[in-house]
Amino acid sequence: MRLKSKHKRYALSCLWICLLFFTSAPSFANQEQDAPGLELARQVVKEAKNTTTADHSRFKALNQDFTSGPEITKACLSCHTEAADQLKKTLHWTWLDPNSPKDNQRGKAGYSINNFCISANAMNDHHCNECHIGWNEKGKETEIDCLKCHGQKKINWEEVFQDYKILTESKDPEENVLAKDAQAEIHEAAQSIGRPTRKNCGSCHFSGGGGDGVKHGDLDPSLINPNRKLDVHMGYDGQDFECSRCHTTVAHHVAGRIYGTPASETRHSLLEHDLEPKIMCESCHSDKPHELSSKMNDHTDKVACQACHVPVIAKVLPVQRWWDWSRAGKKKDGKPYDVNGPFGKPVYQSTKGDTKWEKNVIPNYLWFNGSIKGFTAKDMIDPSKVVKLAWPEGNRNEKNARIFPFNIHSGKQPYDTVNKTMTTPLLSGEHGYWTTFDWQDSIQRGAKYLNLPFSGKIDFVETAYVFPSTHMVAPREEALKCNQCHTRPDSRLADLAGFYMPGRDKVKLIDIAGWAIVLSSFVGIVLHALGRIFANGRKKEE
Amino acid sequence: MYSIKMVTTYLYTRYERFWHWLQMALIFLLLITGFEIHGVYTLMGFEEAVEVHNFVGIAWLIAFAFFVFWIFTTGEWKQYVPTTKKLFEVIHYYGIGIFKGEPHPVPKRKGAKHNPLQRLTYLSLATMLLPIQMVTGIFYWTYNSWEAWGLGFISLKIVALIHLAGAFSILTFIVVHVYMTTTGHSIFAHIKAMITGWEEIEEGEEVEDWEKPSLRECPETVSAEKG
Repeated sequence: MRLKSKHKRYALSCLWICLLFFTSAPSFANQEQDAPGLELARQVVKEAKNTTTADHSRFKALNQDFTSGPEITKACLSCHTEAADQLKKTLHWTWLDPNSPKDNQRGKAGYSINNFCISANAMNDHHCNECHIGWNEKGKETEIDCLKCHGQKKINWEEVFQDYKILTESKDPEENVLAKDAQAEIHEAAQSIGRPTRKNCGSCHFSGGGGDGVKHGDLDPSLINPNRKLDVHMGYDGQDFECSRCHTTVAHHVAGRIYGTPASETRHSLLEHDLEPKIMCESCHSDKPHELSSKMNDHTDKVACQACHVPVIAKVLPVQRWWDWSRAGKKKDGKPYDVNGPFGKPVYQSTKGDTKWEKNVIPNYLWFNGSIKGFTAKDMIDPSKVVKLAWPEGNRNEKNARIFPFNIHSGKQPYDTVNKTMTTPLLSGEHGYWTTFDWQDSIQRGAKYLNLPFSGKIDFVETAYVFPSTHMVAPREEALKCNQCHTRPDSRLADLAGFYMPGRDKVKLIDIAGWAIVLSSFVGIVLHALGRIFANGRKKEE
Repeated sequence: MYSIKMVTTYLYTRYERFWHWLQMALIFLLLITGFEIHGVYTLMGFEEAVEVHNFVGIAWLIAFAFFVFWIFTTGEWKQYVPTTKKLFEVIHYYGIGIFKGEPHPVPKRKGAKHNPLQRLTYLSLATMLLPIQMVTGIFYWTYNSWEAWGLGFISLKIVALIHLAGAFSILTFIVVHVYMTTTGHSIFAHIKAMITGWEEIEEGEEVEDWEKPSLRECPETVSAEKG
């Protein structure tokens, strides 16, 4: 009897230990609770009440007849006296990187080169200036167009002012009446004023490069009204953030990276510094956003949040991945032509050459310290290699560098074979390549605007240009799983060398030797066992 | 064949048996999850495997501390004192004698559970291989603190590879160890002993002086369970 009860006790204590073991395992911990980083972020972005104290439609300054855009701007500045001074210092107006050398200044108004429309030719390629925040295509020789960012009603200003002019100058009284309608339209648009929405910012940032989704991959018109699945922060059924919710703005300086200048070098959370911009994930989520014991928190020093939380880009609309200028200029029956391909996007245009488009793009992963090294028309190239026109800076030994996802746009474009520099063809206008299809002439003209030499000899070189993938943040259930990187041979980080990563890396010799020893010991015991069976049988026969 | 009268003797105390099987379970889990982390196969998924591996690793470390305490307080450590005496006879037995039906040169007895080969194996296991796994495991686990501890010069690759080599060694040990349990008087005699504590051993076999832990035998380990 005693033995029995002892056994019972023994079994019970075993059971108890097993229970203790499994119930206290961290993997079985209560996962209902949200991660600290999420709670924290919810605290700092509690729904903002509409705090505006002004109804722009009641301002006298805006209740006058306007005959041109700059007149509206003057009306704005009659109250917002400092706005123009503030704005004209910012990149949005200057298109010049303030932190680059004056003799080789980066920026669209400087010597920067990309592999889309290549160069803005010091703002003389007027087509590019459509995205400048001035009133016309002449770049900075005009007034700021406040409505580009603050206008909540988009109209074709050029057309409506022209109509208004014709109608008021007309001698037909009926047309004079119609002029009032035109002015009413102008009034309505000029008085619909608000903080910039996704649509305002997106009118340039979603359609840069001459079309929807040409450039970024993580920024395209699908973000004007995205759902939570597309972007947890901007989704109408998520947080419904406007761009400026993270790109916090002080005196018209919008937080964000400017070429080689990182968006933030400190990565402070708002708990550490309440006036920090909210531009980094860490600003709201802290640098230990996951559950306390989570291994994922250990990753944040080397892996950017985006690496896992922006697992795929161009989720709704395709992004352009390839632009081969060397194929441009072909004609059918003496006329330029277009060929459309998948997604209804062109795969060939006489004006532009070959283009390739992709949807649901998996980003490339590179070390990134927040700076992107931009290339200029003055920099020398090595034409035997792919020319990296924009490439992230940083390596794994840098404290501030992290593994970051990028969309890499590649292509081919003309370079000067004698000077070993990238060329800057003029594209739009009557002398631009799109009209003349003459590389020599358009490059010559483009170079002149930038005071650059041109040898007259060109060839095409392959180029690459990166965009950090930081928008289109997926819902957490769609974030990358550990084994999408910690695996072989299809690790997302397969190309990153110089460090050991469990699950991705192995040393063949150790693996082979290890398994060989295990296997040979197994073979050894099998042989030994067979020997025993055989010997035993013989003994029995005896 | 010569017949020897067998007697059933209590060889392994409750704690010893518990420790053995707990360790077996922990090592089994560590191997399963460890090789998954190394990318050999996919079973529970990398994330789960890491969590289980870390948890079990720490659990083993704590359990091992209890074992160390037990082995010293009970004097059982003396069962692990290595000797070369009769070592070659034991090797000869497993290599040749076992096929001829020769008797084991150092059969199990109360107070001398381990033959010289076992002593050597278990001693190296407990003082070399397992501590290497524990130390490299702790380093692996605390990777993110190396910088703060001034240990930034350590290479994760080296730590990982030592840990892996250790895992292969343990796996090899297990293959042989499990097989060796079948070499008792019957195929399951040794396993049964490790479950119940009782094993049939040959009557009359005396523990020779060289095998004796010491003159001051620990009475608990021998007689505690007699009732």
